[in-house]
Amino acid sequence: MSDHRGLLEVVDLVKHFRTTGLFRTTASPVRAVDGVSFTIAQGETLGLVGESGCGKSTVGRTILRLEEPTGGSVQFEGHDIFSLTPSELRTLRRRMQIVFQDPYGSLNPRMRVGRAVAEGIEIHRLAPRAEIPERVGSLLAEVGLDPDAAERYPHEFSGGQRQRIGIARALAVEPVFLVCDEPVSSLDVSVQAQVVNLLAELQRARGLSLLFIAHDLAIVRQLAQRTLVMYLGRVVETAPTESLLATPRHPYTQALISAAPEPDPTVTRSRIVLGGEPPSPSAPPSGCAFHPRCFHPKKDTRCQRERPELRQVGDSAAACHHAE
Amino acid sequence: MTRWLIGRTAQAAITFLVAAVLMFFLMRLTPGDPLARLMGDRPMTSEEVATLRGLYGLDQPLPSQFTRFVAGLAQGDLGTSIEYRTPVTTLIRQRLPASLLLGGTVLLLNFTLGVWLGALQAVRLGKPLDRWLSTISLAGFAVPSFWLGLILAWLVGIKWQLLPALGMIDPLLPASAGLGARSLDIARHLILPAFTLSVVSIAATMRYQRTAMIDALREPYVRTARAKGLSERRVIWRHAWRTSLFPVITLFGLWLPIVVTGSVFVEHVFNWPGLGSLTAKAISGRDYPVIMGASLLAASLVVGGGWLTDVAYAALDPRTRRAQ
Repeated sequence: MSDHRGLLEVVDLVKHFRTTGLFRTTASPVRAVDGVSFTIAQGETLGLVGESGCGKSTVGRTILRLEEPTGGSVQFEGHDIFSLTPSELRTLRRRMQIVFQDPYGSLNPRMRVGRAVAEGIEIHRLAPRAEIPERVGSLLAEVGLDPDAAERYPHEFSGGQRQRIGIARALAVEPVFLVCDEPVSSLDVSVQAQVVNLLAELQRARGLSLLFIAHDLAIVRQLAQRTLVMYLGRVVETAPTESLLATPRHPYTQALISAAPEPDPTVTRSRIVLGGEPPSPSAPPSGCAFHPRCFHPKKDTRCQRERPELRQVGDSAAACHHAE
Repeated sequence: MTRWLIGRTAQAAITFLVAAVLMFFLMRLTPGDPLARLMGDRPMTSEEVATLRGLYGLDQPLPSQFTRFVAGLAQGDLGTSIEYRTPVTTLIRQRLPASLLLGGTVLLLNFTLGVWLGALQAVRLGKPLDRWLSTISLAGFAVPSFWLGLILAWLVGIKWQLLPALGMIDPLLPASAGLGARSLDIARHLILPAFTLSVVSIAATMRYQRTAMIDALREPYVRTARAKGLSERRVIWRHAWRTSLFPVITLFGLWLPIVVTGSVFVEHVFNWPGLGSLTAKAISGRDYPVIMGASLLAASLVVGGGWLTDVAYAALDPRTRRAQ
């Protein structure tokens, strides 16, 4: 796919959550992420889409080891993230950062914005103490906030402004890789575009590599060169974003695209409505996990028995027996 | 903020007045006669009894007794003890230091050791340390203070003769003893009652702090702090623990009265010369002015503690603190 040297290489990532019941100590685990592999090249933006609960946020957190993995490996700049000692990991956090989904909860309510942004710079000793306020000021300016924001508390800001603070906070340590975990999904639509534009600008200006997690394909389209579609903890399709949107190979991708709102009212499309709820990730269906909701005309018993592997179909790689 | 403060203060004053009125009348409604003990000491003629009743104002109707009491209170006069024939304010002043010492020690232990152990439990949630501390502290909480006091006084004080079990000062201490020897003597006397009161009260602080800390550790901004690359110690104590202290402030307000009133039982068991034992004796002798004085002091601390808690909350939380 990409002939750049991979900045980040994720191989067969697995994250299961053990749930504990009142009378049983272990129920069957929730397979949040069940064997996900991908690479991100230097300066590339990879989109990661899927419906709520498909494990996309868990992928983002686990590759940064904010959650301990169940299996698999992540190589980042030649380091095996999962075998680092805690202190090595802390040092490496400088290079890889995350913008969280919830701009309200993810900022410490009792810490002034300036302190929250400065903390990372201090910890990683990225500037002499005397220069830190100036650095904080220019970071806040870079994300479009007034310099006096540093003296204020998070609750004094709107959701969009808080997300800008979250971005400034992440950029403060000068990372090369940024996970954006649904950074705009809790914002108003009018504010979403501003924050997406800001991220696109910053990515260009700083040459960042991004993993952009979203459930909205329209937003991913603006940022990502390549996109990964997840369903029930697995990758069902990956392709250059434009070909993914133009010729989706997996029925689930087709359904996702048809669900995205179309700005042009003269275009008529038939919306694919998926039947039923997504199955429980603690008891995924046999064979192709999508088969109970699949509408593909060629759907057969093989779909129920045999799990399809990702295979190359044109520009894409799709996990469907009938992708052609 | 100023308006809120005035309102909150007025509310506290009204609460205190209502408590004072209730205590005054309820005490006189309960059976028993303040002069019974005096009459028990030596037989008195009905004339003498009438004179005494007139002296203490007990022959007046309740409403005029009340106005007399309020008029005295306004001048800082709580009346004269029937049993000791000393002004109640003098009695309280004599007993206050011992209670302050005992209660202050217990409060200090509660809010240093209790807070630290509770936070530690949350950090080690579900691990053996957490379970052991829970078991031990709850066992302590379940034990009645007078029982534990009696057992310790008998075992440590009398059987093993390790520590003094009664009073605050060794009566055999030579008058020439220096400040160091006197302090050491008081400290030795303090250990058993302070330990007893702490054991039975520290569990509440620990439980409170543990719960608050568990909640704080689950906050999204704690994950943010980890993502910054902060050391686990800094994440726990700077970000999570600081926030978790706020609910504990409430408890501090509730515990404040024990600084002065201590525990009636524990002071009684160890013959600690504080307000608790004074109150216990006053209640059994129906010494109205003393009961009233001690109860008013306790009421003012309860009301004052609540007031202090609210004001501290408002002053410390940037979200409730007004910018202007």
